[in-house]
Formats: sequence, structure tokens, C-alpha cells
Amino acid sequence: MVMYKIILPTRFLLKRRITYFAVLAVALCAFIVLVVMTVMTGLVSEFKQKNHQFAGDCVVGTKSLVGFAYYEDFVALLEKADFVEAASPVIKSHALISRRGSDRKTRVEIMGIDPVRHSRATGFGETLGYHKDDVSSVFRPAYDPNLPGCILGIDLELQRDADGTYTYQASPGRVGYSVSCLPLTAKGALAQAGTDVIDTKTFYYSDNSRTGLPRVDGSLVYLPFEQAQQLCMAGSVKRANAIHIRFKPNVRLEEGCAKVASLWQSFKQEKAGDEQAYLLETVTVQSWKGYRRESIAPMEQEQTVMSVMFGFVAITTVFIVLVVFYMIVSHKSKDIGILKSVGVSNVDIIELFAGFAFLVGLLGSCIGLLGGWAFLLKINQIEKWLFDHFGFQLWDRTIYAIGDIPNQVELRVLAAIVLSAVAACLAGALVPSWQAARQRPVETLQVNQL
Amino acid sequence: MSKNEFILEAEGLHKSYRMGATQVRVLKGVDLAVNKGEFVAIVGASGSGKSTLLHILGALDKPNEGLVKFEKRDLSRFSTAELNKFRNKTVGFVFQFYHLLDELNVLENVYLPAMTGKSVLGWFACRRWAKNRARDLLAQLGLAERAKHKPYQLSGGERQRVAIGRALMNEPKLLLADEPTGNLDSATGNGILEVLERLNRAGQTVVMVTHDERIAQRARRIVTLVDGKIEHRHTR
Repeated sequence: MVMYKIILPTRFLLKRRITYFAVLAVALCAFIVLVVMTVMTGLVSEFKQKNHQFAGDCVVGTKSLVGFAYYEDFVALLEKADFVEAASPVIKSHALISRRGSDRKTRVEIMGIDPVRHSRATGFGETLGYHKDDVSSVFRPAYDPNLPGCILGIDLELQRDADGTYTYQASPGRVGYSVSCLPLTAKGALAQAGTDVIDTKTFYYSDNSRTGLPRVDGSLVYLPFEQAQQLCMAGSVKRANAIHIRFKPNVRLEEGCAKVASLWQSFKQEKAGDEQAYLLETVTVQSWKGYRRESIAPMEQEQTVMSVMFGFVAITTVFIVLVVFYMIVSHKSKDIGILKSVGVSNVDIIELFAGFAFLVGLLGSCIGLLGGWAFLLKINQIEKWLFDHFGFQLWDRTIYAIGDIPNQVELRVLAAIVLSAVAACLAGALVPSWQAARQRPVETLQVNQL
Repeated sequence: MSKNEFILEAEGLHKSYRMGATQVRVLKGVDLAVNKGEFVAIVGASGSGKSTLLHILGALDKPNEGLVKFEKRDLSRFSTAELNKFRNKTVGFVFQFYHLLDELNVLENVYLPAMTGKSVLGWFACRRWAKNRARDLLAQLGLAERAKHKPYQLSGGERQRVAIGRALMNEPKLLLADEPTGNLDSATGNGILEVLERLNRAGQTVVMVTHDERIAQRARRIVTLVDGKIEHRHTR
């Protein structure tokens, strides 16, 4: 590196008004990319986080409503394992619920859980409206602890305001819900429970759960494990549909899942001769990512589409910079001739303009990032102001389960944007710089070139 | 002066350019030798090829045929890096339109050749020397007070003196001046010629191109270029 390659690009940058346009173009692109990437990445990562909280680290389960037997033995095995923090067996099924006094029936998913175990294995406890600090009593309605309680997905019970908040009462109101299920035998047949194939039981609203996952909050009802088991499953051997597992903090997800899968294989072999061993065949071991794949994939797909779109923005930036550099270099042909007349080589000329491009990219991206950062810091206030004054919201909070717009800027995103901007500028400057370097000084210094 | 003291020799130089469909032969076999310490004026009408000849002599351009020797070394055998070094260290160019860099001030324009030949560390090691040398040159050229000015703040004569300062920065053995007074009024041009004469008296070899016979008279030797060939040689 030689000194004039620092001085001249700096002067080109400061003295040539046209370079301000290049800097501005880069700044705008950096601004847009930062804001959109931060919001999108934030939404996706928040969504993943919620799914992670909902499922725990790993799920051993079956999609079959029949469930699988011997789950207690496997939970005991898991709880002995040094890499497992907690495990929670779960009953999953579908049901119809109706509010007492109303004929309207709603199709819901039910999850039978032991609240203490489930909140140890997942983020369940954090989703509760009234019992965050005392999960053990969550199925005991405050108005009558002897009644069987149920936890409703928050959207089944409460309405979201326009700003995305729910209005809670001091304690859950006394509301009974009839829950009707079709109990299945271990063979998958409908059980003849009493005189009817449908088993119905009344539960009382004891709390609500807000996972932030619209499909869960709008259709899930938690019931006490044993009662859900009685409602949904018939037969002498107890069954569950899934076991949610949380790993110890220092255990990597893939490593933990592989260990669980290995344990499951051994367990399955051990139970091979047992009466209901066939039910174990449908059971899979999945990380939370795999378990919630159907929910996460569309979101990731959207993120990919956005990334592709911003790839086009980056190409546009390269083109703008290319045009600006063509204009700058065409104005600089005389200077190139002068520099060559004092011994500057072609490579030096390319490096000179590359240095110039580097400065444009660096300055432009830094300005854009600072602006973007400032905008993101205030994005929620700006949205609130727009909503208050013009009724504009980026997402309708009565529809979307989004709270604040994510605005946590990640350093790696900042670094990626700066590097991309500099690379885009270098790419844009490459062709004109190369052409500039190839110019013969006698041509550029001729009188008729002036 | 013996033949051994030739600093620059051109033998059988031919140069042609393509202009549209036609090939224009600018130089048609030019032979020229310049002694060390000489002040040679190359005179010719517009389009006679004198600027082309000067560019070839200073390795800014290459002949189609013939060779140029500097201190007995054939320039055509120089590598690209050697040619760049030759233009940086050995020759200094003065152009009709000054060709200063607008982004640099007067002092920076003068020490530009010293800066281009050095790495950042090398520059920091010699920058004091370079700046002092540039200031000395500006003082010699009567521009000591103009060091911090930008080229656009100077008159034509001042700009040309800055260009001379830049050409002399690396103490070149050969100074090539292409119509150095062509863009100046006669009084200012005279001042520039006095500078060149003074440099020559101090031992500087100068080759100057001009279309003006009166200006050429200021040189010790005049070479006339007519239709791409040396027609007439005259020594004062």
C-alpha cells in the first residue's frame, strides 16, 4: 500500500459531489437490509423460541391418537440419564368443547399434562396467565379448588385488543366447559364407554396459556394428565402420546436427541416381547425443530424469500455503484494519465479505485447502519404513533400474535451488511477501474481529451 | 561533446495511428540524440508528430519501429515495472495544460512523484525530506506562498510552474516539456522559459516541444520536425 492510494481516494470521496450519490445509494440499501433483516430475523427467531418453549428440547412421540404404552418406564429411564433435566409424558387428542349453558361446540386439541413436570420439561409455566409462580395448583380453579380445572389457550377465552394486549380479570371467572372425546382402545377402536362411544366430562376454567403461537393459543386446552388419559384412552395398560424432554444446560441439542434415540432403541428392544410392543413402532424421536417443522418451515421459507429479494436489492446496489463509478472514472481519465506519467502502474490504478470503492462502501454502509439502528430503536414508538394518528399497523394485532416489532440488532448482521456493501462496491468498481487502468496516458493527456 | 555522453538516443522511430479507416503515419523514421545537460527544442507545425515523439522519448508511448535508448539502455527491453520506475525517477514531464490533480494542493501535487514511488512506511520515513524538497522547489519557482492553494486558485503561469516543480521532484535526469508555454500569454510564457533556462544552466537536460520558432530560440539546439521526419538541425 502506498500513501497516495489512501490520500487520493479520500479526496475523491470528499471533493466529488457525485460520490455522495454512491454513498447515499449504499446507505439506503444498508438501511433497508438492516431494518428488514432485523425485523424478519427477529420474528423468525422469536417464533422458533416460542416453538422451542412449547415443545421442550426433544419429543418422543407418535402421531397416532392411540398413543404408546410403557411410557412410564421410559420416563423413568430418561430421568436417570445424566443428560436429561426433565421429562413430561403427555396425552394428545382432539375434542369438542362447549361452554356450559351454550350449545355451541368448538373443536379443540387437548393436552393432558402433569403441570409441574411439564413446566420443568418445557416453557409451559411461563405461558400461564395466573399461575406462573405456582404451577402445581394450576388445575385448581381459584373459585373452587375441588373442581377439575382446565387451561384454555388464551384466544379461546380472551380477545386481543388492537394493540395486541389482552384484558385479564383479577382471577379466572367461574366457567365450566364440557369436553367430549372419543376414547380409543390400544387397537385403535372406539371404546364403549358407558352407553355412549363419546366420553364427556366437565372442567372449569382455571387459567389460560399464552404461547404466542396462534394455532396453539387458538385451539389447545390443557387438562390434568390422568383425567385426559381417562377421557381419551381405554384399556388396562396406560398409554401416552408423547414425552417432552428438556436436556441439561450443557447438552447440545443434536447430541441429546441422538442419546434419546439410542435409549429409545434399547428400550424398544427390551420391550419387544411385551403385549403392546407393537405400539412402540410408530414412535419417533425428534428435536423440537423437527417436531415443530410444519409450523417453522413456512416462516423460514418466508425468510428465504426475503433474503432472495434483498439479494436483488444488493444487485441493484452493485449496478448503481457501477454507474456512479463509470461516471467518476470517465471524469478521472486525465488524472489517470497524470498518475501514469509519474510512474503509477495499472495495478496501482485499480487499487486506487478499489480503495475509493472500499471507502464508499464502508462509509455508505456505516451511515445506513447507524440510521437503521436508530430507526429500529424507535420502531415500536413510530408504529404506535402511526397507529394512534393514522390507524396504521405493520401487523394487525387482533389477527397476528405479534407483540412488539423485533428490533434487536445482531452484530453478525451488522458485520455481514458492511462486508456485503464493501464487496458490492468493489464489484461495482472493478470493471471501470480495470478499464481506467488500461487507458493509455498519451490518449488521456492529449489536448482533445480535455 | 563526445558521442559517449548521449543521455538519450532515438533511432529510426516510426509511429502510426489508426484514425477511422485510415492509418496515419505520424513519425517516419526519426533519429535524434540528446547530450547530457543539453537544452533541445523540437519544433514543428501542429500534427507534425512532435508530441508523439516526446511521449515516445519519455516512455509514455511505444514506437511501431525503431528504438529509444536512455543512457545506452534500450527502453523496449524494460519491463513494465522498470518503465514505471523510469517515468517516476528518471524523466519529468511538463505538459501544455499543466495536468495537476485538482484534489491535491500545490505542495501535494509537487511531491506526488515522491509519494507514488514509496510504500506507506517508506513514505513516513522520507516524507519530511519530500516535503522540504517540494517546498524548496516551490521557493525556487516563486510559489512559496502558494503551497496550500488548490490548482484552481492559481494562474496559468503558476500552475505551469507547479507542474515543473512536480517534474523535478525526483531529480530526473531528463526533463521533457510539451508546449510548456502553449497555454500562457507571452510574459508568463517567458517566465516559464526562464525557469527552464535556469534549470538547464544548473545542468538539467531539457527536451522541449514547441510550434513557436521564437520560443525554440531559447534552447541551445533546435530540431525541426516536418512530416514525421527530422528536417533541420540548428545549434546556437
